[in-house]
Amino acid sequence: MSNTDLLVKELVKQHGKTRNSLMAVLQGVVKEERYLSEDAMIAVAKELDLAAADVYGTASFYTFLDTVPRGKNIIRVCKTITCHMKGKDEVLLALENMLKIKAGETTHDKKFTLLTANCLGWCHKGPVMLVNDEVYPDLTPQKAIEIIEEYAKHH
Amino acid sequence: MDKQLKKVDIIFETGDDYNALDVLDKALARPADDIILDLIDSGLKGRGGAGFLTGLKWKFTKNEDSDIKYVICNADEGEPGTFKDREILDRVPEKVFVGMAICGYVIGAREGYIYLRSEYNFLLKNLNHKLEIFNKQLKDRNLDFTIGIRSGSGAYVCGEESALFESMEGHRGEPRNKPPYPTVAGYNRKPTVINNVETLVYVAMISRLGVDRFKELGTKDSRGSKVFSVSGDTPIPGIYELELGMPLSQFVDEFADGDAKAIQVGGASGSCVPRKKFADTIIGFEGIPTGGSMMIFNSTRSMYNVLHDYLEFFTEESCGQCTPCRVGCQQLLKGIEAVKRGEKPPVYLDELKKLTATMRIAAKCGLGQSVGNPFNSIVDNFREEIIY
Repeated sequence: MSNTDLLVKELVKQHGKTRNSLMAVLQGVVKEERYLSEDAMIAVAKELDLAAADVYGTASFYTFLDTVPRGKNIIRVCKTITCHMKGKDEVLLALENMLKIKAGETTHDKKFTLLTANCLGWCHKGPVMLVNDEVYPDLTPQKAIEIIEEYAKHH
Repeated sequence: MDKQLKKVDIIFETGDDYNALDVLDKALARPADDIILDLIDSGLKGRGGAGFLTGLKWKFTKNEDSDIKYVICNADEGEPGTFKDREILDRVPEKVFVGMAICGYVIGAREGYIYLRSEYNFLLKNLNHKLEIFNKQLKDRNLDFTIGIRSGSGAYVCGEESALFESMEGHRGEPRNKPPYPTVAGYNRKPTVINNVETLVYVAMISRLGVDRFKELGTKDSRGSKVFSVSGDTPIPGIYELELGMPLSQFVDEFADGDAKAIQVGGASGSCVPRKKFADTIIGFEGIPTGGSMMIFNSTRSMYNVLHDYLEFFTEESCGQCTPCRVGCQQLLKGIEAVKRGEKPPVYLDELKKLTATMRIAAKCGLGQSVGNPFNSIVDNFREEIIY
């Protein structure tokens, strides 16, 4: 049995074998593996007794439930109006140059995925980005680079 | 006479004499019907934006004949420009729990859930820890009610109540047809009270301070105060609790940078008010209601860019289930781009306004229905900025 299968079994045990657990199980897989592979979705479908297409249908609806491979650290830069006004373009450009990828892409070493996101709820402290679950408000291009450098070293 | 802008400290108040559990005990000692009557009398309306009377919502749900009922706290705060619920859950989570527990007691529910947007996952650790303690305190009081947390996964539309239930049930976050309303068939198709984070805190605070203290604030149509999220061109962005019913001009005097040309009231789905209308616009249910988002734009900002940002947002966040919203949002976005490039004549904007009228009637949920708010208010007031 693969690691993914074991993880899914464990998550289903923890959250219960019902459709109502589907989101929590998918979120649990993403937390460990950063995205939902085809194998993972099939395993979830089997464990919860659902059609695999049904699981994919739910997963593909949600921005935070990725169905394509992602890096170990996922950076989401808020692009909504207030962060836009406060300079998110410069922050994004600085990160693109640093990581040598465009928004939407993953670095070659699979360490970082750079994404944009709709309003993250920090409009008074923009520009803001999430790295995995952590929030970094009041960004400047320089500050954003320093934060990601720390992740490159330690994560 | 017009109301004056007044800062209030109810939501975040943590005075020496305040204890969340005392507030709960006070409520539990009273008959459920009295609490509902108090809420109706207080005039408290939902603080998420739609503004339904909280007391009536509770009453309808209480009157439903069902063994299973639910209380849900809507913490899927996704409206651009709104960040108050995060601040409330961070600073005074116990007040939210108490509001939910009072609701559980009143309507006869045994389970309550906080649906937290995944962008706020960093709050989970603290919330889970505090909930563990709180749930135990409920047990000590022999109240058969437990609160849990369910996470979203990055979908604005899940703030719509029926889409939120769908998400909790493991489905795509696609809104349902209404009726039936949540009071009859909500989560798991059982009678459900779903309230905004801030609304639940006001329930707790009305229980603590009394109805009269709450009614002293605000106007006939907009009782009480409200937490505002202030952002954009302001020297003092942040969270402010203000009395409802003030003229927008006073808000501008207090918060803007002296050069405000427009205020977007109520987030991307709200309305844009231009400078010439500041004095005549009342912030409240009799004027422009708001979930609390106040975005300030000064004269250096292009209102075309503002509208373009909003339309991109709606195009991405539309769930795609109903055609008026899915296609409508795309066409509005393409439409203003075409007018800007000169490929369509300026009168094309009037055709697009007709499209928003169709969306208001035909879209299935509030998302598609409300896109006309920002579109029409920005196009009407800043037409030349859209065209040239």
